[in-house]
Parts: sequence; C-alpha cells; structure tokens
Amino acid sequence: MERAIILAASAVGAGLAMIAGLGPGIGEGFTAGKACEAIGRQPEAQSVVTRTMIVGCAIAESTGIYSLVIALILIFMNPLLGML
Amino acid sequence: MDGPKIMFTIPLFGGIAVTETVTNSWLLIVVVFILCKFLTSNLQKIPKGKQVLAEKYVTMITGLVKETMGEKKLHYAPYIGTLMIFSALGSLMSLTGLRPVTGDLNTTVAWAVVTFVLIQMTKIKANGFLGYLKSFADPFPVMLPINIVSELATPVSLSFRHFGNIAAGTVITSLLYTALAALTNIVFRGFMPVPIFQLGIPAVLSIYFDLFTGFMQAFIFSMLTMAFISNAAE
Repeated sequence: MERAIILAASAVGAGLAMIAGLGPGIGEGFTAGKACEAIGRQPEAQSVVTRTMIVGCAIAESTGIYSLVIALILIFMNPLLGML
Repeated sequence: MDGPKIMFTIPLFGGIAVTETVTNSWLLIVVVFILCKFLTSNLQKIPKGKQVLAEKYVTMITGLVKETMGEKKLHYAPYIGTLMIFSALGSLMSLTGLRPVTGDLNTTVAWAVVTFVLIQMTKIKANGFLGYLKSFADPFPVMLPINIVSELATPVSLSFRHFGNIAAGTVITSLLYTALAALTNIVFRGFMPVPIFQLGIPAVLSIYFDLFTGFMQAFIFSMLTMAFISNAAE
C-alpha cells in the first residue's frame, strides 16, 4: 500500500518536474529572435552571431536538463522505494 | 532503460565493480591513441592529406585558447584539446551501438572535479592563500555561504549539463526503438518476425541526438572550462 503511494507520487512528481521545460523554450526563442534582428542589421556577421547564439542556447538549456534528469531518476531509478 | 552493465568485479576492498563505462573508456583510449599515431605519422613541412585535418584541429584549439584565456595561458591548450576529443568521441560512441561513455554521471563528474581543482588552484596562485580565503567574504561577510554555494555549483552544473543531454538522448532513442517495434506488431499483426519499422527512422533522429548534441556538449564543456579558469585568474 505504501509502495503504491510512493510510486503514484513519483509519477506525479516526474510530470510536475517537466513544467520547467517552459523556461528554456521561451528564453531560447527570444534569443533566436534577437539573433535574427542582429543578422538583419548586419548580414556579414552571420556566422559569428549564429555561433554565439548556439553557445548561449546550450547554456540556457541547463535548467531544463536538470529537471529532465530529476524526472528520469524518478521514473527509472526511484531512490525513494528503498527507503520504505 | 538500465544503468551500465557490470562486466567483472575486482576482488579487492570488498569487490570493485568494473562497469561497461570503464571498458568503453579503455576502448576510447585505444582508439584515440591509434588516431593520434595515424594522423602524426610522416609529417611534412607542407601539409597534405590527413595532416591537414590534424593541423586544422590544433589551430582551432590554440585559437580558442588564445581568444578565451589570453596569450599567457597557452599551456592549457593540450588539456583543452584532449578534453574536447574525449568528450566528442565519448558521446559519438552511441552511433556504433555501444553505451556512450559520457552517458554515465561518473565520467562527467570526474572531468568537472578536475576543472574545479584547476579553478581553485588558479585563484590561490593569483591572490595567495589568505587572499583566496578572504575573497569568499567579498563584498560583505554575510555573503560567505552564498559564495561557497556558488563555487560548489560550478562543477555540479558542468557535469549535470553534459550528462543530462547525452543520457536523455540515449533514453529517448531506446524508447523510440521500443515504440517502433510495437508499431510493427500492430501494423503487421504478428506476421513480421523482424521489427522492420526500426530500419531508418532512428537514424534521422540520431542526427540531432547523437551528432549535434555530442559535438555541442563537448564544445560547451571545454568553452566553460576555459571561461571559468580565465575568470579565476583576474
């Protein structure tokens, strides 16, 4: 009975953790928009702007990846079951 | 999706488990060694053929180090070059079906701990040991726990970013294979002994998950290492 409660709560927790996928989506979309503006203003800087945008996106992705790791741990390798 | 398989156990200190990650790392070491020997054999003054590739890579690494860390820290270039090659090839191993080396948290934490030690050593060398201890209380002494946490957050975030991207790629790929096998069963209703839908669709997705993410994360890890070390020096 307790095991069922822990499993259900872990599943709900994993789903709630992925709400954090909202942040990188908004932030990186904003970044891409700014990059497009910069390229439109100065087309010969295209390769530098694109490279900087990709690097910035990969760093801003970090918090989304942290929440994905928590969700994966809760689903596949639940440490809370051992504490029963 | 399971953790790495234990290949064998060394019977010392109560059994040290040697996992798939460690044996794949040995394979990676052998491959990088053979690659280095092959690319640097028969060097000539005017490069042609495979020497162009080696020189292009070395030029890229020294250019990055000079641009990010300054001229005086050019001796970090071999370490950054090795880190980038091991990280890129370690993630690209998933193209051959082996479990990628960086898909295990132990590997990325080891590299992040080395970066952490380098950062602290650079800080101590720049400010002296007393200045290093005093720098945790800048600008107010109340900031001491916040500064300590932000120092410890650096290797944690470095390692988890790299591990999370690669491990999420492997989980999604294995889920995709399972879904395609189930789809074959539904469409052919058991007449097809071989899951034929697994035959090409995963390759398209692996362009993003294996190639792009592998190179990107290797590049980001190295760039952040260089940025943190050069920040610590001033």
